[in-house]
Amino acid sequence: MTAAPPADLAARLTGLVDALRSHGVRIGTGETVDAARAVEALGLTDREPLREGLAATLLHGTGQRPVFDAVFDLYFPRGVGAPRGGPADREDLRDRLAAALADDDAALMARLAVEAVDGFGGYGSSPASDGWSSYRTLDRLRPQTLLARVRDEVRGRDGAAGFGDRLLEDEIRRRIEEFRRLVATEARRRVAERRGRDEVARRAVAPSADRVDLLFAGKDRLAELRRTVQPLARKLATRLAARRRRAARGSIDLRRTLRGSLSTGGVPMRPVLRRRRPARPELVLLCDVSGSVSGFSDFTMLLVQALHDQFSKVRVFAFVNRVDEVTGLLVRGAADPEGLSGRIRAEATVTGWHGSSDYGMALGEFTERYAGAVGPRTTVFVLGDARTNTADPNLPAVRELTGRARRVYWLNPEQRSRWGTGDSAAPEYAELVEMHECRTVRQLSALAGRLLPV
Amino acid sequence: MFTSVDDVSARLAGTGYLASPAVATTVFLADRLGKPLLVEGPAGVGKTELAKAVARVAGARLVRLQCYEGVDESRALYEWNHAKQLLRISAGRDETWDETRTDIFSEEFLLPRPLLAAIRGDDPKVLLIDETDKADVEVEGLLLEVLSDFQVTVPELGTVTATRRPFVVLTSNATRELSEALRRRCLFLHIGFPDAELERRIVRLKVPGIDAALAESVVRVVGALRAMDLRKAPSVAETVDWARTLLALGAGTLDEDVVRDSLGVLLKHQDDILKAAAKLDLDAV
Repeated sequence: MTAAPPADLAARLTGLVDALRSHGVRIGTGETVDAARAVEALGLTDREPLREGLAATLLHGTGQRPVFDAVFDLYFPRGVGAPRGGPADREDLRDRLAAALADDDAALMARLAVEAVDGFGGYGSSPASDGWSSYRTLDRLRPQTLLARVRDEVRGRDGAAGFGDRLLEDEIRRRIEEFRRLVATEARRRVAERRGRDEVARRAVAPSADRVDLLFAGKDRLAELRRTVQPLARKLATRLAARRRRAARGSIDLRRTLRGSLSTGGVPMRPVLRRRRPARPELVLLCDVSGSVSGFSDFTMLLVQALHDQFSKVRVFAFVNRVDEVTGLLVRGAADPEGLSGRIRAEATVTGWHGSSDYGMALGEFTERYAGAVGPRTTVFVLGDARTNTADPNLPAVRELTGRARRVYWLNPEQRSRWGTGDSAAPEYAELVEMHECRTVRQLSALAGRLLPV
Repeated sequence: MFTSVDDVSARLAGTGYLASPAVATTVFLADRLGKPLLVEGPAGVGKTELAKAVARVAGARLVRLQCYEGVDESRALYEWNHAKQLLRISAGRDETWDETRTDIFSEEFLLPRPLLAAIRGDDPKVLLIDETDKADVEVEGLLLEVLSDFQVTVPELGTVTATRRPFVVLTSNATRELSEALRRRCLFLHIGFPDAELERRIVRLKVPGIDAALAESVVRVVGALRAMDLRKAPSVAETVDWARTLLALGAGTLDEDVVRDSLGVLLKHQDDILKAAAKLDLDAV
């Protein structure tokens, strides 16, 4: 990288810190000072130690690392401007890429990504309006079509014998994925040079997994979210256990304290606490699984399922416009969360005459058919966006539910400002039950920690 | 203690710990900035080993505090030697009360536990606080004073401040979220699974009899397993175990039978084994 003069370096460092803060990484001034000391100790000659050093001083957890890496690439870029040399030839570049993939040569792949974006990623005609796009680059280069060629090349060289051969395709696929990532980074860097890196750092860097909007998360993002379920559930479980332990130290049992004081001549030396009867609370989940919110309810169901040994009974009901119990499906599907929503739709009756969600019908049917599921020890969570497709919201059913259950909470994956717009019945429901906005994993875990019964 | 990042890698390698660039950089900074190092990562990637290796490199004494649920002040900081205090009192029966009282709360009757032991004395020390996430929240409060100012307050004696700061390593498996205050005082290092090249070197270092081709296949299979989204991905410790097993079985190369029979060394859940066997096209286990 280019050696920056110190004044510029301080500005660059604070810019980096600001960008990280805007992505929700909490960094204090002390850490920024530490980061500067780290830069001083490491020097600017080598980029990778610098990256690790800044990460060590600025970050506090693993989840923040992807955001950090993307922002770091913008503020401390690998190079400046376009690569030297003339415009690359597409076939030639593909040949060299194939060789790099076959050799698993990371350094060469990084150089090729730079060339590829420069050669094929530009769009726009006049110098002032053009930009760089990883999508265009990859569309023209098509690295995924190199798979068969690279595989044959490696086989021809090493011979197709041996156990390792069956791993080869997956390995090459992972290398191609890595190349795509490099191209994306490079395109972001080129755009940043043109538009100012502060803006790009704020907009073009994907948020960390726990801040992704659950309604709009793509498929690979959901997979990543699912992987956060286990650690999250464990964390919540310890928190619940600790809270339970504290709650178990009840008030003083006067009768037993006085009886115990007989041996000390009536002086109550040792207060006896009343033991609480250990009663595990029951939980009922009522989930909208219609297409628009399925990502959210899938995720929440998995989380509660993972927590299930904290409760004496967890029952999960799914609905679109008819209600059916899916507790059994969740237990059997513990090992395979991928196909969960598909299985629910195939094996449970959640739709009646039409396919759009109807909260009024579903809630009414629930209070009728599953009246026994809700009692004074039950906490009910309703998960959904409260969009009833202009049908009757059926408020009496909700009233009946709140009357019977210990607590009822509603988690709504929509932005609070959109409640009540269009066909949303959220305000009406919110008057009867406590409704919370719950759009991201971060919000969900905070809410779960607060609302789950002890 | 170290002159450069490369110096860290070289000297750690000298004791048999092969560090990734990230690890070497962070150790270098922890030493240079005098800050504690919080190491997180899956089990079996060498978090505790790192502390031991640093101690060996620095010629320092390793003071270890193993955390568990219920570890408290008297286990972590110091205790008074009550038996000795009683002996002292009964030995001096004709003294006045004031003499006795001041006497029994002195250095002589103090039992230093790891945290106090680590900050007293002038010899170099590495303090390893292992599995910090297993300890209760109260212990974290205790650590804050020690880690920010390297001092411990004993009410009867006053404050003991370190004359020579120990190199501190905290490890955590993230079973519990550590407090923000504690994290702020530390450099943060996540040790993940090493890249293929580094892992090959680790295998060849830890299993000397293995030949290069077999080490390479071992690492490739482990890499493929880690990409599979299993309940418990195999860690470096398991890779090394597997390499040793293969060597003991006398397997020169990997084939279907060998892998199928020894998959249990790598994977610790039956459903993981079934899943891996299916993906690797092994016949039914």
